[in-house]
Amino acid sequence: MLKTKFEIEHLNLHYGSFHALKNISMKIPANEITAFIGPSGCGKSTFLKTLNRMNDLEENVTIDGTVRMDEKDIYSEMDAITLRHDVGMVFQQPNPFPKSVYDNVAYGPRIFGIRKKSQLDEIVERSLRQAAIWNELKDRLKKSALGLSGGQQQRLCIARTLAIQPKVILMDEPTSALDPISTSKIEDLAMELKKDYTIIIVTHNMQQAARISDKTAFFLLGEAIEYGKTEDIFARPQDKRTENYITGRFG
Amino acid sequence: MNTTTQKGMFGKEYAWRGIAVLCGLFVIALTLVIGAFLIYKGSDTFLKFGHTLWEFLGSAKWHPVDSAEGGGAAGALIFITGSLVTCGLALLIATPFALGSAIFMTEISARFGEKFYRPVVEIFAGIPSVVYGWVGLTVLVPFIRNVFDRQVGHSILAAGIVLAVMIFPTITSVSADAILAVPDACRKAAYGLGSTRWQTIRHIVIPAAAPGIISGIILGLARAFGEALAVSMVIGQTTALPKSIFSTTKTLTTEIASQMGNAMEGGELKSALWSMALLLFLVSLLFITLIHYFTNKGKAKAEGGKA
Repeated sequence: MLKTKFEIEHLNLHYGSFHALKNISMKIPANEITAFIGPSGCGKSTFLKTLNRMNDLEENVTIDGTVRMDEKDIYSEMDAITLRHDVGMVFQQPNPFPKSVYDNVAYGPRIFGIRKKSQLDEIVERSLRQAAIWNELKDRLKKSALGLSGGQQQRLCIARTLAIQPKVILMDEPTSALDPISTSKIEDLAMELKKDYTIIIVTHNMQQAARISDKTAFFLLGEAIEYGKTEDIFARPQDKRTENYITGRFG
Repeated sequence: MNTTTQKGMFGKEYAWRGIAVLCGLFVIALTLVIGAFLIYKGSDTFLKFGHTLWEFLGSAKWHPVDSAEGGGAAGALIFITGSLVTCGLALLIATPFALGSAIFMTEISARFGEKFYRPVVEIFAGIPSVVYGWVGLTVLVPFIRNVFDRQVGHSILAAGIVLAVMIFPTITSVSADAILAVPDACRKAAYGLGSTRWQTIRHIVIPAAAPGIISGIILGLARAFGEALAVSMVIGQTTALPKSIFSTTKTLTTEIASQMGNAMEGGELKSALWSMALLLFLVSLLFITLIHYFTNKGKAKAEGGKA
């Protein structure tokens, strides 16, 4: 029996007067990959961002309903900063800091107060190894991260997230800016990481969701239309709208 | 028909391009001519009157005679020191405030910053220096005299504060632009890793904006270095090396401004003043070079070429 990581109940989100998420309830299991699919503007990214409260940074956002992580309400029982230590995020565009590879990965540990060189060295190496990029980057740790290719930058961003040892990794279309080879590396990486982390990935790419995820949720116009095992969603969709989307009738 | 319109089109193209090129060349030529003129005038101190560069830069003996015979002393150390100390003090006072304001108007309260704070800062920058000097003379000088119990309130401190107020808007707006130019993706990444706002500002935004901020500081320094009028009103205009920040003294610019009208053409005094003008020119060249260096460094940083 899989442990539940997130339990979302009756979640509504408004941008001003725009109702962006409509009464969403779902349970997201730990140590699995959950994919959110749906057409542009369906609310899947917005929903992802409610899970580490990145929406707090935007103006005019109102949220009601509950989001519990490990049975703790992340909006009333936790502050956003502590929450984000447990729920890391990888963004659509690779966004390394304009610093060296080493300083990018060491950033998180450093703001948590780790100063010892040996300890930081160890975290940096471990995180880069976990992100399967250590061999490529071990000789250029002191070089600027901005000189890397897009795919390397994205894996570096994953390593940077791993360095803070989160429990959950949110990925917001992490491969949409990457070439197919880099994409498959990120996908392999996600499959590898689910042993130790709960991974939630937003993707435009239905094949990607089918390839790597255990559970899939289909979003349309702010509603979670259908949510279940990935194989069921793709082979036996219950809702006509899900079927239309995955068979490519709109999107 | 077709060819005539095309002919007109290209005619205009060449004409306007010609005018633009001419304007550009004119400005370059003017700068070179001014530089050459200053070298020509300023070199008299050394070539015609036989003073050494070391004397000019390192001696505080300032008695150039106002005639073409020469034989006086032309040590400009007092003015060089005066300029350096007042500008240094101004930077010391203005930089923390300017940096704080720049952070406030961009990161902390962006909407208020753009709507009210930036226009206010721009108004600050547009106030003529005589106004700053006069306010300084009326408010600051008596204040310093009373609070620190001095005989006169005219002082390096007064000049430093007036200059600080004058360069504050320059440093603030250039720094704010540099901070705004830091991509939002960097901030999001920092927040996504569980940074507080201060950690994001301190460890991500400021380092990324550092080359631009340094350019702003140098630009402010250049403005302070070149200011004559406001400084001369509050510095007390005494030809003596300063002993403390309460001393009265002179700067390069205030000495040139106050003496140039009296000095005889072709005389030693006039030549020495020209040499000081040349020094100011060279210092501003240095500042501009530094700004370019830091701007390029910022670009290299943003493009990731070097680290």
